[in-house]
Amino acid sequence: MSGRGAARSRSIRSRLVLQLAAVAAILSLAFFLIVRVVADRAAGETQDNILAASATAIADALYSVEGQVALELPYSAISMLGTISEDRVFYRVAAAGETITGYGDLPIAEPQRPGAGPAFSTYDYRGEAVRAVTVMRPVSVGARRLDVAVTVAQTQLGLAAISSRITGIATAIAVGFFLVATALSFWAAQSALAPLDRLTQSVARRGPNDLRDVVTDTPTELVPLMGALNKFIARLRTSLSRSEDLITEAAHRVRTPLATVRAQAEVTHHRLQKPEHRKAMREMIRAIDESSRSAGQLLDHAMVTFRADSQERADLDLAELLRETCERLAPTADLKDIDIVQDIPEGAMPFAGDRVLLQSALHNILDNAIKYSPPDTRITASARAGAQFELSIADNGRGFSASDHDDPTARFSRGSNVADIVGSGLGLTIADEVARNHGGALRIVSEEGEGACVSLLLPAA
Amino acid sequence: MRFLLVEDSETLARAIVDRLALDGHAVDHAGTLDAAQASISVADYDLILLDIMLPDGDGRSFLAQHRKARKRTPVIVLTARSEVSDRVGLLDLGADDYITKPFDFSELQARCRAVLRRQGGSAANQTSFGDAVLDSTAGTLTTARGTEDLRNRELRLLEVFFGAPGQIFSKTHLMDRLFSFSDDVSENAIEVYVGRIRKKLGASNVRIETVRGLGYRLASRA
Amino acid sequence: MRIAAIAGGLIFALWSGALLAFEVEDHKIYAADPQTDLLRIISTADLDAFAPIIEAYQAANPGVTVDYTIASSTELMAALYDERAAFDLAISSAMDLQTKLANDGLAQSYASAATGALPDWAKWRDQVFGFTQEPAVLVISQTFFAGTEPPRSREALINLLRNDPERFRGRIGTYDVRVSGLGYLFATQDSRNSESFWRLTELMGGLDAQLYCCSGDMISDVAGGRLAFAYNVLGSYAESRIADTAGIEIVELEDFLSVMLRTALIPNTAENVEPARAMIDFLAGLSAAPRLTAASGLPPIDEESLRENNALRPIRLGPGLLVFLDRLKRETFLRSWTSAIEQSP
Repeated sequence: MSGRGAARSRSIRSRLVLQLAAVAAILSLAFFLIVRVVADRAAGETQDNILAASATAIADALYSVEGQVALELPYSAISMLGTISEDRVFYRVAAAGETITGYGDLPIAEPQRPGAGPAFSTYDYRGEAVRAVTVMRPVSVGARRLDVAVTVAQTQLGLAAISSRITGIATAIAVGFFLVATALSFWAAQSALAPLDRLTQSVARRGPNDLRDVVTDTPTELVPLMGALNKFIARLRTSLSRSEDLITEAAHRVRTPLATVRAQAEVTHHRLQKPEHRKAMREMIRAIDESSRSAGQLLDHAMVTFRADSQERADLDLAELLRETCERLAPTADLKDIDIVQDIPEGAMPFAGDRVLLQSALHNILDNAIKYSPPDTRITASARAGAQFELSIADNGRGFSASDHDDPTARFSRGSNVADIVGSGLGLTIADEVARNHGGALRIVSEEGEGACVSLLLPAA
Repeated sequence: MRFLLVEDSETLARAIVDRLALDGHAVDHAGTLDAAQASISVADYDLILLDIMLPDGDGRSFLAQHRKARKRTPVIVLTARSEVSDRVGLLDLGADDYITKPFDFSELQARCRAVLRRQGGSAANQTSFGDAVLDSTAGTLTTARGTEDLRNRELRLLEVFFGAPGQIFSKTHLMDRLFSFSDDVSENAIEVYVGRIRKKLGASNVRIETVRGLGYRLASRA
Repeated sequence: MRIAAIAGGLIFALWSGALLAFEVEDHKIYAADPQTDLLRIISTADLDAFAPIIEAYQAANPGVTVDYTIASSTELMAALYDERAAFDLAISSAMDLQTKLANDGLAQSYASAATGALPDWAKWRDQVFGFTQEPAVLVISQTFFAGTEPPRSREALINLLRNDPERFRGRIGTYDVRVSGLGYLFATQDSRNSESFWRLTELMGGLDAQLYCCSGDMISDVAGGRLAFAYNVLGSYAESRIADTAGIEIVELEDFLSVMLRTALIPNTAENVEPARAMIDFLAGLSAAPRLTAASGLPPIDEESLRENNALRPIRLGPGLLVFLDRLKRETFLRSWTSAIEQSP
């Protein structure tokens, strides 16, 4: 199916060139044939004219003497036939079927009607095709009037030579014409398709987020295509902003009811007295928290994927970004009496990246560390600049272990199914994707019971 | 403290109002931006909780207007958006902090406290009992021995006791106030924190009494 | 020499009389040993002239036995045209007859690098190949013209005859064109080239011109003082005689010189085409063999000479030559010529 489709969609250029070349070939052939026919006819007429002139000259030299037809064969009448070509020449002068002089067996070309001009005929004579002309001339012999037939014949060697010479010239011109026309058709196709190339380039040169309308100098024929293209771009633009809106909208739709339920559940929890009721309500709140966290991370992941495709880059300061993230999450850590120690050197760490994505990565790493750290501990956020930037979050938590059901390495493989990536581990998946999207990597150093150190490694410029 | 909650979802708003009331906060609710404008023109609030998606406009425009008017009342945005995408815009527009729905009320309080603390304690939020003075905003306890910094959980526990001196609080109630729902802790954990604040109150004339079988209460050293 | 030739011819005629009706003047076989090929030539050229060429040809083409038959141009024509005798090569000074053979389809075509090098006027239809160029000249008696300037043009000759007719009476020699094919060829070409031909003929006729069949006798009579001059003598023949004949001088007229081309063609009846072609190539290349042409006394085709001497008019091969072969034309011409040349009974 696809093969047939590919075969069918030949390039416009080659199709145009082929069609123009075909037209050129037809014109060349027509030219060749016309030239040949016209030239052959002209050459034939030339020979006929010379033959007629020769026969007429001979006829003019006829006279009668002593009751007989006599002839002073003019030298030029015959020699003129030898001037153009080396054709064999035959002549015959006959009266009433009797040969007066010349080749007695040379057939007389029958005139189409008596009294008409020279009669021409082509026949074989002495092993070769000859063109013959007969001129009738009445000669008065005494009281009689004798119709004398003067026939001059010539082989067609010269004619053939002229014909083959003209054929050669016509062939050369036709071939030349064809070649020039084909070359021109290449050029024409090239120049006709140049606006298309320009359009292609102007679209191809664009960045991934350049969804402006295409504005190039286009010929009339391409205006509909341009219009369609721009409409498509507009639709794409709408669709992209809609998908961004959709993520936002989805988040809103999920989070607001959850917030309501959670708030009400908390209020209810306070009012309840019986421990079993309270326990049930606590579990409900935990479930809400878990699902909202999952939803949040799924939406974050969608956002990361969406933004990773668009490759937005801006100059930012990684140290500043880490500091912001620490401050942002300090209240959360505070709730568990966890101190976030910032080990961030003075001075900027300039980096070109997507602020939102990097923030998301750092946020997820730190949030994870807070979540898995016991109360009354400390988390160290450090930044190091060297061959690469190293933003690390080290905690005193349990660390990651093979027995841990939240083994992060398992979640790092992209092929993992969705069921597997739901949960807090997705946070590290997001961080990993962001790191790789920026040409870096996520490093996890962990020893059971010793805490973990998760580092975002990014290439220094 | 007095809050203004700008939130269009009636049910969520009621739940938030109820929940904050439990902690002893007064909350006015505005369902639209217009109502919110009306409220801040007639009353002073310690803090504004602002939703972004509102029926008569974007919360961000309210925020921009609020900052343009050079009002100092801190604003915490309640966002339903992704954790990250809105952050930059919101903070640039002048939000003091934001919290993503759904939220843990203890976290909300922690953020409120952090925001107020950053403001520089203009509204000194002090409570005293006996010779002990608790500054919630600064997170300090002042006794005859001097002023001491408090850990977050110590502060919150003291807030509970200073909020109602003499009242007996059950361990269950104290746990609700101290631990988040995700923390799986036994009731005995509360004893650790009670022990810590008793130590800090050691130099004052107030103490935490154990009322056997019922819980704890704040009382003067007789 | 002539007696010997006639004797040879008789012997040959006796030997081959049953087979050949045409008259043979001489015949000689140049045998090659060992013989691998045979070339039968019928020619109008004397053995004196052609023997060196045949020998050189054999040196270049060993193994070819050359069978050389000499006949007059008329007999040659009769042999090939009427009798279709089997010869591999026909060499003749009668350009008109050779042309007629080719025109009437009795010659084979042949083209090679050697024939391609010949000038266009020296070949026709790739069938008739000229290999000598021999002008018709005036041969004068040195004693007769002693102290006077010999005429340089036909006009000068006419004036000379008019001014002093009695001195020349009976002492003018020319071909009897009724007998000599070559004489007829030169005369017809003269008549084409110049109006003066008929005046000259009439003058010579009025002065009782002597008519000859052959160049040799005319030259002998000039040398012997019986003739004051001979008109239209074959130049090459005169050249070959001048060394051993005292008292003659060759005058090349400056108004025009009819140039006869000795031509070769391969008849349709040829059986040994390859050696015949080799001979044509050999003859076409004669100009590159000056010693051979000196030995044979046959001046080769030389385009350069035409540029140097504007008076040289090679007789054009082609249908024009057929005109004077026309029966009526020939009758008319001979009648006119006879009446011009035979004025006194």
